[in-house]
Amino acid sequence: MPPDLVVVLDGVRRSFGRAVGLTDLSLSVPVGTVTVLLGPNGAGKTTAVRMITGALSPDAGTVRAFGLDPAVDGAAVRRRCGVVSAKPALYDRLTGRDNLRYSADLYGIGAAAPVDDAAARFGIDHALDLKVGGYSTGMKTRLALARAVLHDPDLLLLDEPTSGLDPESALAVLRLIDELAAGGKTVVMCTHLLLEAEGLADQVVILEAGRSLLSGPPDELVRRYWPHPTVVIDAEDRAGLAALADLPGVLECHRNGSAARIALDDLARVPDLIDALNGLGVRLTRVAPHEPSLEELYFAVRRESGAVIEERDAR
Amino acid sequence: MSRFRRSTVWLVARTDLRQLKESPDFWVPMLILAALFFVAAPAGLLWIVTHVDNASIVARVSTTLDVLPASAKAAVHGRSPQAKAAYSLSVFLFAPLAVIVPMTISTAVGANIIVGEKERGTGEFLAHSPATERDIYLGKLVASLVPGYLTTIVGFLLYSLVVNLIAGPKLGGWFFPTGSWWLLMLWVVPPFLALTLSVVLRLSARVRSAAAAQQASGLVTLPLILLSYGQSSGAVFGSLRGALVLGAVSWLAAIVGLHRGARAVTRERLLGAESAA
Repeated sequence: MPPDLVVVLDGVRRSFGRAVGLTDLSLSVPVGTVTVLLGPNGAGKTTAVRMITGALSPDAGTVRAFGLDPAVDGAAVRRRCGVVSAKPALYDRLTGRDNLRYSADLYGIGAAAPVDDAAARFGIDHALDLKVGGYSTGMKTRLALARAVLHDPDLLLLDEPTSGLDPESALAVLRLIDELAAGGKTVVMCTHLLLEAEGLADQVVILEAGRSLLSGPPDELVRRYWPHPTVVIDAEDRAGLAALADLPGVLECHRNGSAARIALDDLARVPDLIDALNGLGVRLTRVAPHEPSLEELYFAVRRESGAVIEERDAR
Repeated sequence: MSRFRRSTVWLVARTDLRQLKESPDFWVPMLILAALFFVAAPAGLLWIVTHVDNASIVARVSTTLDVLPASAKAAVHGRSPQAKAAYSLSVFLFAPLAVIVPMTISTAVGANIIVGEKERGTGEFLAHSPATERDIYLGKLVASLVPGYLTTIVGFLLYSLVVNLIAGPKLGGWFFPTGSWWLLMLWVVPPFLALTLSVVLRLSARVRSAAAAQQASGLVTLPLILLSYGQSSGAVFGSLRGALVLGAVSWLAAIVGLHRGARAVTRERLLGAESAA
């Protein structure tokens, strides 16, 4: 395993009775990066996280974390991981401080644990001596994050950390994750919310039905799917935009009853296009470059995956 | 099977015990049960036997003592019918209560202790932690065992006080606990408790809800409680040597049961991984 990779999953399979968790998942997580596992419910995101810590063992394939096999050296791997699960997994009858202390003792840092500092970092220090049962969802998530970083892990595994939070709290949590990543932590985050991954991910892995459909840095993936520059053009009379498809340099033209989105062989063609449309009497109201979002990429990948599945079924 | 560290076992147990302490809705009924069995019922009965000057009541109680084996009858102290009845009730008839109380309490705690982690989602935290599966199992065992056994020991001390204060004057002073009771409490009850918990914890690890765990535990442990009831009576009625042997056999069975039960606690079960995907 190359030293710059913290996690490597290779051809991992796992079933739960008749239900398939992972079919053939391969995944690499470079050190000091944020990897976002994207996918719908049941895609295998949680199972993948559980494989990394050795909480689950694969039926087939190889799992390595820090160069170790979690099935053999589980304790050593888990000691270097901090996990926030989809449910905050806190003890409601205990105080926030008791929850952090318990974790500190389990991870072997005991009295030296920076309990108050960790709580303050996530803005939960004011409620540390209250029972967790009385916390709001946002406070529980913050406490779970504080607990996950308490032992200063090298790898953070965050399973839908903003689940159930209001937009403001979710944004605050995402900022905290960004800070952790900026501090050099390796982060693996599961989500089905594409906006969360946007701007945060160094690498996205799109999962469906227990396998990886696509992985890589978001910009690179967008370029791979849309290799040509894209421009959005709108006009007072949209019927006039029909002429775009025949103009030189236009590779693709999509019109869904609104503005036209065109793919060009070169962005330098834009002034010529504007001149050509003006010459045809089309009065333009908008010309703007278009950067496809992760959401567009995600749906494009899933549409393509659906086509493959249909073909397979047909055979 | 994974190794264990004593400090982690105690840490898991201590955290569970702390949570129990914070749940008066759970432990208050248990305390009432123990008080009823160890204090209220014996005190009431002994007081009636020793203070009511109604010969027919004492005679009726005395006839129930006919069920005692000859060796037990020979050991009965006291000269008056009242004193004999009080001694027999104190030493022989209440003995099995010492088994029922810890088993009831520990079964109630143990049935929830692993499935509760699954239900609350905290099993995920434990599954991702460096604690070994055996650390967790033994921690849960200790946390289930302590409330039942502690209540029993405290109840036993209170019971001793009650019977000595009420029946002692009729029997020429303090007479309880007898040698067989010490053996019962320190040598026979703990392995029976451990054996029962080995079954209960296994169930708690396998089922999916606390309600199912309670129901299954009740069904499975009922025969064990009856067996323990019978055996503990025998330990008190019979010879000290017999009680020693009974305790030794129980310990052996408990060790085998606990060893096998330890395999039931796995990370996958803590996660409730049957439904994961």
